[in-house]
Amino acid sequence: MSYAIETLELTRTFKKGKKKNNSNSKQPELIMALDEVNLTINPGELFGVLGPNGAGKTTLIKILSTLLLPTSGIGLVDGIDVAKYPEKVRKKINMVSGGEHSGYGILTVRENLWMFSQLYGMQTKVALQRIDELMNLLGMQEYSRLKISKLSTGMRQKMNIIRGFVCDPQILFLDEPTLGLDVQISREVRKLIKSWVKEKKEKTVLLTTHYMAEADELCDRVAIIDNGKVLACDSPSNLKTSLKQDAVFHIEVNLMLDNLDRFNQIPGVRKFAYEHKPHTGRTDLKFILENDSYISAVTGEISNNGSEILSLSKTEPTLEDVFVSLCGKGLEDENRT
Amino acid sequence: MKTELRTNLKAIFGRAYVRLVGAHREPSWLISEALLPLLSTASFVYVYKALKAPEEYTGFVILGGAMTAYWINVLWSMAAQFYWEKEMGNLELYLVAPISRMAILLGMATGGFYLASTRAIFVFVVGSLIFKVNFVVISLGKLALIFFLTQVALYGLGMMFSSLFMLFGREAWHTTNLFQEPIYLLSGFFFPVKSLGFTIGLLASFIPLTLGLDGMRQLAFKGGKESGLLNVNLEIGILVILSIFFLIAAHYALKYMENMGKKEGRLTLRWQ
Ligand SMILES: Nc1ncnc2c1ncn2[C@@H]1O[C@H](COP(=O)(O)OP(=O)(O)OP(=O)(O)O)[C@@H](O)[C@H]1O
Ligand SMILES: [Mg+2]
Repeated sequence: MSYAIETLELTRTFKKGKKKNNSNSKQPELIMALDEVNLTINPGELFGVLGPNGAGKTTLIKILSTLLLPTSGIGLVDGIDVAKYPEKVRKKINMVSGGEHSGYGILTVRENLWMFSQLYGMQTKVALQRIDELMNLLGMQEYSRLKISKLSTGMRQKMNIIRGFVCDPQILFLDEPTLGLDVQISREVRKLIKSWVKEKKEKTVLLTTHYMAEADELCDRVAIIDNGKVLACDSPSNLKTSLKQDAVFHIEVNLMLDNLDRFNQIPGVRKFAYEHKPHTGRTDLKFILENDSYISAVTGEISNNGSEILSLSKTEPTLEDVFVSLCGKGLEDENRT
Repeated sequence: MKTELRTNLKAIFGRAYVRLVGAHREPSWLISEALLPLLSTASFVYVYKALKAPEEYTGFVILGGAMTAYWINVLWSMAAQFYWEKEMGNLELYLVAPISRMAILLGMATGGFYLASTRAIFVFVVGSLIFKVNFVVISLGKLALIFFLTQVALYGLGMMFSSLFMLFGREAWHTTNLFQEPIYLLSGFFFPVKSLGFTIGLLASFIPLTLGLDGMRQLAFKGGKESGLLNVNLEIGILVILSIFFLIAAHYALKYMENMGKKEGRLTLRWQ
């Protein structure tokens, strides 16, 4: 059985800027949008491509969905070369990108979705049934007969997402599907994506995002890319483990504890730090332990001293930490600029 | 093979539907696309009446005025369409779909033809009634044939421009602007093209409307034959050739646009 998606040394360059801008340099500067990307994605996988702005995410999706030719290397979708046999590839895929403004303002939501279903030769009855189902799932039914020129961004984005699912493609490309959506709508969209892949075993989704939490929560495996290069590719939990960064326990107690050195003596405590909070009369304690089971020894010691634990939390490394360690910069910072 | 044909037919109808519905949904078209053209047509009628031109000129003008609907449709909704579709983000969705790209163009053309026809019929019927146009149809069959061929060639031209305009990007808009008025003159919407002189008339015949109008006038009005540019049968022959030529050219322009766009990354918008 072939991979759902496979890329072999996939490379794409663009000429930088317009010609007139760099008239002094003879050779145009090249942007490496994708730089020898090797990826394999299995059928049934929900695969995420995580990267900052300009990392090459959209370029990857455009090549795989036959809208752009690679400069070199090969892209295979269900074993078919996207550059050589685009017609065959198109029968297996669909694509939705975040923030797209597709459709015709004069048609209603339902009519627009039906129109796009016709490009896949769907029977009208079947198509309308699926459209209604999906609109129900995303809580959009009352917008069904509204002209799309009247839709809010969120609703419009939901409609786009539905468009991707109506024709039930074997492989679905989603380019930043939750871009600019509020928390509630993002959650609904993610739920739909997840349930679609889980219910239908052979369906594959390749989605790009620059939201860490989304990749973490949604994806079976994640490739982290920056400047067109794949820096790491694994399941979110493996990526985090690979960081070899320890989990940190935060404990807040209700007294200004003294003689704190004894916490260092507890077996299993690798590192210990504290901070007194005089204005509240409390103390923050931080522990790094050999493993989680030693936490009971720590809490025991605290209660032996007659103080109460107000809160206890454990902080594990996030994909953000993985990203920072790989790229030397944060992802979220960039979103804010 | 069979399913492929079915998919393409569905795609044609799907794309045409946008315009079938659009033709009636916004009633403002009645003013901007039917009444205004009727007014400009009427003003030509009065000019001819004031100049005491032969009676058939009224019919010439009404026919020309009705046919402008198709020209405007081809220019604004065919030639410039891929460019707008790209701006809206629809083009990439069409290109990702498992259909022939020609199906999209055919869908646009079919829908556009219907939409333009509603306008054309309005101008034609209302104009003919108001000015009591006298029709003397020599051959209804030939008249229908020449109308049909004109439309095929005209929309073929629009399809060809559609791909080329998309590649030219923003300039497409200006180019469209540039074409509109000169063609009004060259195609003889409001006068027999023969008045331009035989050579210019012949050159203008590259635009399918010129011969179409000329032929239709010859076949529908009493004094039509005398003011005709070429023999009607010859005009039909040329229109057949133009139809085939533009359809084939449209096919290749489309291919060229797609390949070029895929190579240079111009099929989609950058900002995504
Ligand atoms: N058509 C194009 N012409 C020139 N350069 C391009 C083109 N498309 C993309 N690029 C450049 O290629 C690089 C990768 O772009 P791409 O759109 O793939 O990034 P991305 O990861 O999708 O970013 P974003 O998060 O902003 O969507 C960027 O530097 C971009 O400017
Ligand atoms: Mg992008």
